[in-house]
Amino acid sequence: MTAVEKQTPLEARLAAIDLPKGGAFTAARADALARLVAMGLPGRRDEYWRYTDPAALNAPMAPAAKPFEASDEAPLFNGMDRVKLVFVDGVFDAEASDAPELAGVEIARLAEAEAADIHWAQGLYGTLETAGQSPVVRPFAALNSAAATDGLLIRVTGKAAKPVSLIYVHRSETSDPILHHVIKLEPGAEFTLLENGPAGARFNKVMEVDVGAGARFHHIRAQGRDHERRAVTGIFARVAEGALFKSFTMTVNGVLTRNECVIDMVGDDAVAHVAGAALGDGASGAFHHDDTVFITHGAERGESRQVFKKVLKHGAVGTFQGKILVKPGAQKTDGYQISQSLLLDDDSQFLGKPELEIYADDVKCSHGSTTGALDETAMFYLRSRGVPHEEATALLVLSFLADAIDEIEDEALKDEVVSRLEAWLARHRG
Amino acid sequence: MLEIKNLHVKLEEQDKVILKGVDLTVEAGKVHAIMGPNGSGKSTLSYVLSGRDGYEVTDGSATLEGEELLDMEPEERAAAGLFLAFQYPVEIPGVGNMTFLRTAVNAQRKARGEEELSAGDFLKLVRQKAKTLKIDAEMLKRPVNVGFSGGEKKRNEILQMAMLEPRMCILDETDSGLDVDAMRLVAEGVNALRDENRSFLVITHYQRLLDHIKPDVVHIMADGRIIKTGGPELALEVENNGYAAILAEHGIEGVL
Repeated sequence: MTAVEKQTPLEARLAAIDLPKGGAFTAARADALARLVAMGLPGRRDEYWRYTDPAALNAPMAPAAKPFEASDEAPLFNGMDRVKLVFVDGVFDAEASDAPELAGVEIARLAEAEAADIHWAQGLYGTLETAGQSPVVRPFAALNSAAATDGLLIRVTGKAAKPVSLIYVHRSETSDPILHHVIKLEPGAEFTLLENGPAGARFNKVMEVDVGAGARFHHIRAQGRDHERRAVTGIFARVAEGALFKSFTMTVNGVLTRNECVIDMVGDDAVAHVAGAALGDGASGAFHHDDTVFITHGAERGESRQVFKKVLKHGAVGTFQGKILVKPGAQKTDGYQISQSLLLDDDSQFLGKPELEIYADDVKCSHGSTTGALDETAMFYLRSRGVPHEEATALLVLSFLADAIDEIEDEALKDEVVSRLEAWLARHRG
Repeated sequence: MLEIKNLHVKLEEQDKVILKGVDLTVEAGKVHAIMGPNGSGKSTLSYVLSGRDGYEVTDGSATLEGEELLDMEPEERAAAGLFLAFQYPVEIPGVGNMTFLRTAVNAQRKARGEEELSAGDFLKLVRQKAKTLKIDAEMLKRPVNVGFSGGEKKRNEILQMAMLEPRMCILDETDSGLDVDAMRLVAEGVNALRDENRSFLVITHYQRLLDHIKPDVVHIMADGRIIKTGGPELALEVENNGYAAILAEHGIEGVL
């Protein structure tokens, strides 16, 4: 017998993690760990990892990443009326945060709630994530449920007067936070969640969102300006009758970003919109952005929209894997999916895989995927009016992104996001 | 104002010669019209003057107040005072008409070393100019040309012209796709801009636009050349007799 047996990649990964034990979520965590062991870590041969190399996410330790301090612009959502909650390298920073108090909203930290034996989130933690593991496995989400060190448990019973704003600060070059949020909107509740920041050198985040009947959930996220950070995130949502789920993500940097979004439309007349605007400039470092979306229509008259836009240059890579599954009986489903990339040079690459799977006969589903360069006619039109090439490029990029940005309903939030996109374009000319 | 000499142009990616020696001088304050059959090179002339890609100038020159246009980028030509009203104005979804106008006005001011217009001054100016063209606030808010009718698009072109105050305006088939009322409105917009320091080159198939925008000089273009120049009566002659007779006079066949 050899002294050291060779570890599998998963064993090596788990050996580097201090798995939390005990408390209200023990069973859910144990279950997640068992599921993870059964599925193993992903490899390039797995169908849903063909376009994105998971090696850096599989590695036992986070590849080092330098934190990036943006000195040229105010933090996102600054000055907005909000409840600000700050995590530094995944560790909650009470001092930098507002008091977690908001009428109609209960906010607790996972790390604290876990100490109790009973908690409202007990029946939910890991449940939507588990449901989202079929038919496609999502090992990093299972890893997250097993190993998350903190996160927020948010229950919304009324109409929240202002958004809760989560800020993820990255300070340590080797930080490797795993956060898990559970958000439950009771019937008729309304809630807006803002997220921004890179969070760490490597960030694994799962957010389970249970949207009750007639409730409305809005999510606006920006994934930070760090060039070197890596992130794998998962949104697992269940949308009940007449409820609304809307999520928008802006990504302007990062070596690697994999955003998965799994939505289960379980109630009739449910609405779910997921949108993303990603801008990648390979000149600032590698840029690989992956949106992987799976929307299941399991009830009648559901409306879903996926709008993903990517602007890529200097060797940046964008990928999109989006699926609409319409179950038998989900009649009058209206499913729409569009993924588009704008390649600003010949070095960049977009890989798209749109999928439809439909088992009901009275539905309207469409998908489109395009890859293209800037429209030369529009470019000439702008330049003929005296707008220089670079400025015209910026206008046309914003024009290209408009459909995704328009998914943000709140005008002030939309303006805030647009201002960041404009700033990015101004920084990345040429 | 505008002086075109012996201009020869071919398509960049094909061996097709389109302009075969155009000579044309437009004096300050004058309105010149260019008429001609399809394929005569009229639109190409407007694109080459404004700097569109895809054409290769093989000979000749085009100067605006003595400055060589053909060496400049399109935006430099605009800042130098050239404006092309497009035959098919381009739709730009997601960019508000106001943003577009303001970006253009300020880009040109900046290029000329002038101060940019403040938001307030700009708004006042655009409202005043829009009113005379019957362009309402709603049209100014909408994305550039998106969902505009043919008439609205052309009025929007004239609004841009009014805002940018160019010295040399080229109108490329501005009458195409317009009903009589829309054409009158557009023509009024153009006439309001007529000025002793501003010149116009009006490209059109038909004489009817010239009833509203009265030219000082009319040129007939065919087979890549100006083949005949005259007064407004030349446009009437074309209207009555067609191009065939004039073309035959110059031994040009088979271009109709």
